[in-house]
Amino acid sequence: MSDITKYTISIYTENNVGLLNRVSAIFLKRHIDILSFSTSQSEIPDVFRFIVVVKMTESGVKKIVQQIEKQIDVIKAFYHTDEETIFQESALYKVKSSSLFEERQIQNMIKDSHANIVTVSPEFFVIEKTGFRHETEALRKSLAPYGLLQFVRSGRISITKEKMGISEILNTFKQQNKD
Amino acid sequence: MKNQETNNISGAEAVIRCLLKEGVDLIYGYPGGAIMPIYDELYKYRDDLRHVLTRHEQGATHSAQGYARTSGKVGVAMATSGPGATNLVTGIADAQIDSTPMVCITGQVASHLLGSDAFQETDIIGISTPVTKWSYQITKASEIPEVLAKAFYIARSGRPGPVLIDITKDAQFELFDFAYKKCKAVRSYIPVPSLDITQVEAAAEAINQAKKPMIIWGQGVILGEAEEEFKNFVESSGIPAVWTILGLSALPTKHPLNYGMVGMHGNYGPNVLTNECDVLIAVGMRFDDRVTGNLATYAKQAKVIHLEIDPAEISKNVEAHYPVLGNCKESLSKLSSLVKHEDYTDWKQLFADHMQQEIEAVIKNDTQPTKEGLTMGEVIVGINKYTKGDAVIVTDVGQHQMIACRYAEFIKSKSNVTSGGLGTMGFALPAAIGAKMGAEDREVIAIIGDGGYQMTIQELGTIFQNKTAVKIVVLNNDYLGMVRQWQQLFFDKRYASTEMTNPDFVTIAKGYHIEANRVSKREDLDSALKTMLDSDEPYFLEVCVEKEANVFPMIPTGASVSDIRLK
Repeated sequence: MSDITKYTISIYTENNVGLLNRVSAIFLKRHIDILSFSTSQSEIPDVFRFIVVVKMTESGVKKIVQQIEKQIDVIKAFYHTDEETIFQESALYKVKSSSLFEERQIQNMIKDSHANIVTVSPEFFVIEKTGFRHETEALRKSLAPYGLLQFVRSGRISITKEKMGISEILNTFKQQNKD
Repeated sequence: MKNQETNNISGAEAVIRCLLKEGVDLIYGYPGGAIMPIYDELYKYRDDLRHVLTRHEQGATHSAQGYARTSGKVGVAMATSGPGATNLVTGIADAQIDSTPMVCITGQVASHLLGSDAFQETDIIGISTPVTKWSYQITKASEIPEVLAKAFYIARSGRPGPVLIDITKDAQFELFDFAYKKCKAVRSYIPVPSLDITQVEAAAEAINQAKKPMIIWGQGVILGEAEEEFKNFVESSGIPAVWTILGLSALPTKHPLNYGMVGMHGNYGPNVLTNECDVLIAVGMRFDDRVTGNLATYAKQAKVIHLEIDPAEISKNVEAHYPVLGNCKESLSKLSSLVKHEDYTDWKQLFADHMQQEIEAVIKNDTQPTKEGLTMGEVIVGINKYTKGDAVIVTDVGQHQMIACRYAEFIKSKSNVTSGGLGTMGFALPAAIGAKMGAEDREVIAIIGDGGYQMTIQELGTIFQNKTAVKIVVLNNDYLGMVRQWQQLFFDKRYASTEMTNPDFVTIAKGYHIEANRVSKREDLDSALKTMLDSDEPYFLEVCVEKEANVFPMIPTGASVSDIRLK
């Protein structure tokens, strides 16, 4: 009944300067930890999509989504389990160039983990890896002994298996408010 | 369309024109640097738009709230940037939790100074975000018409609430061609969910099966202007109805099916029987913790029908077995046509029996005391004698508020103005000013404790300057009474910082040229109330009441509604 599960909340919004603050305030007010947060353009022009990952009960996440949807500039919000979504994270790793040539294993690691080299300069090179958390994490652990100069991982981005129907909502509104 | 008159006007003038287009004829506020261009226009438009200068920005918000609550219109408050804006926050939070339509307009430093820690710069959008229904910062004059139209639409539609619009000073000075179009819809916002008739039918079916149904109504009935539909529903079903503090006055107090108040200091029967009813019909209320007590033991035996406009309230605190989303004006009339009438004789007798117990244990002592000290209850009953329920009663927060709501009589809706959800001490005096201006033909009586009164006492200046004929009754027990009561009951009488050494309130009122009187003896009370209510001018009456009286019944924090104590 009160099982804690990882949920991905998707929020379709208008572009409004204060909206990020408004959405995060909903989590703050209820003392809920945000595991990951990302925003981007969505499939619809002028509509943005926030992806928030939280760990909580289903009844809890349902109430949060109701509160988010209540915000004026939010068009629609949903929550999904991992099984209901396709999701990925991206990570960047900055390593000294010298180690690429001195340590043959690094080249194998990059190949084995299906990572890409994005940039190479005389001083450093940058590797990019997109995948599940455990995959980007495994590569980080493997590279750590060779001196990671910088490491950064993005928030989760996610696409749902089910249809979202945002265009339909917006089209219905357009139909009803012709003047 | 080009218009000579509205071409090339300033943002500041555009703000005034927007207000006029929205039907605003009265605003509350306080000037200052960053809002001076708008005040300059207010001066020019002073014949069309009345500005009431409160003595503190918090007073402006509470006055705007009082105005909204009695008039049903959107209240407007205005302040400058920085401290002016932050002083609005308490009133905004109060309006948010009590669903009061209000538009606040704040001045802001010029846009090129934003983020530079300029004089009187605060991030009021950031500060007010969690307590506003919507907010927006305007940095260009051309945004003013559309944003203000949207602000009023959002404030008043659906579940009403406060909206804050912050306007930089350069946008107020900037010239542009003004054109106004009222906002009729916002694509990301559904103010009123459409009514699902199958849900109404399911709810009606549950009601028709019920043996012991009970209605709890809240402010939604008033905000939805559904008083008639509600009365009709109660009468056509025959179901006993009880109210939350903000629902008070939607149905006359003496209506035969009105069985009183639920909640922490509500009536005995409505609380106890919440845990005995088989169907609970919640109308426009949100199951606040002061209503429900311990949720784990709240109405577990009942099927819950929830008529509600805000989807976020469905199953937020109490699971709704039959959620009926929509405006209750519509859902109630549909429901009335589907429910059958029952007498519920035995069930209603239980309410009457509990009331009899409450009368013996509490109400007699409160309203017909035999001990020497004056009680708050007898003051309220004394007021009823003259108003016959036809007055607006504005209360602050604490013991006097609970007593007033328990004993005041009402025959008309929109007559009970109080700070419910936020419990804002200092609310009543400024709210009474707005309440009177929103219902000028009606008697408006503010009932305030000595603690809350001193939180916004400066608004006596506003009352004097505007000759606002409110009647102010301070029930003085020289204590922060409700906190003292809790200290007595739950903290072994350790009266930490609750005793007050009070000034001479009569002299203070007279200093503001307000007629004033004080009573401390029972034999003087009736004539003092009569003199006050006969006056056509602002009037102040201090009643010195019993110092250590307690409000009962009471549900202790965390206890079940059925464990309500009579003493």
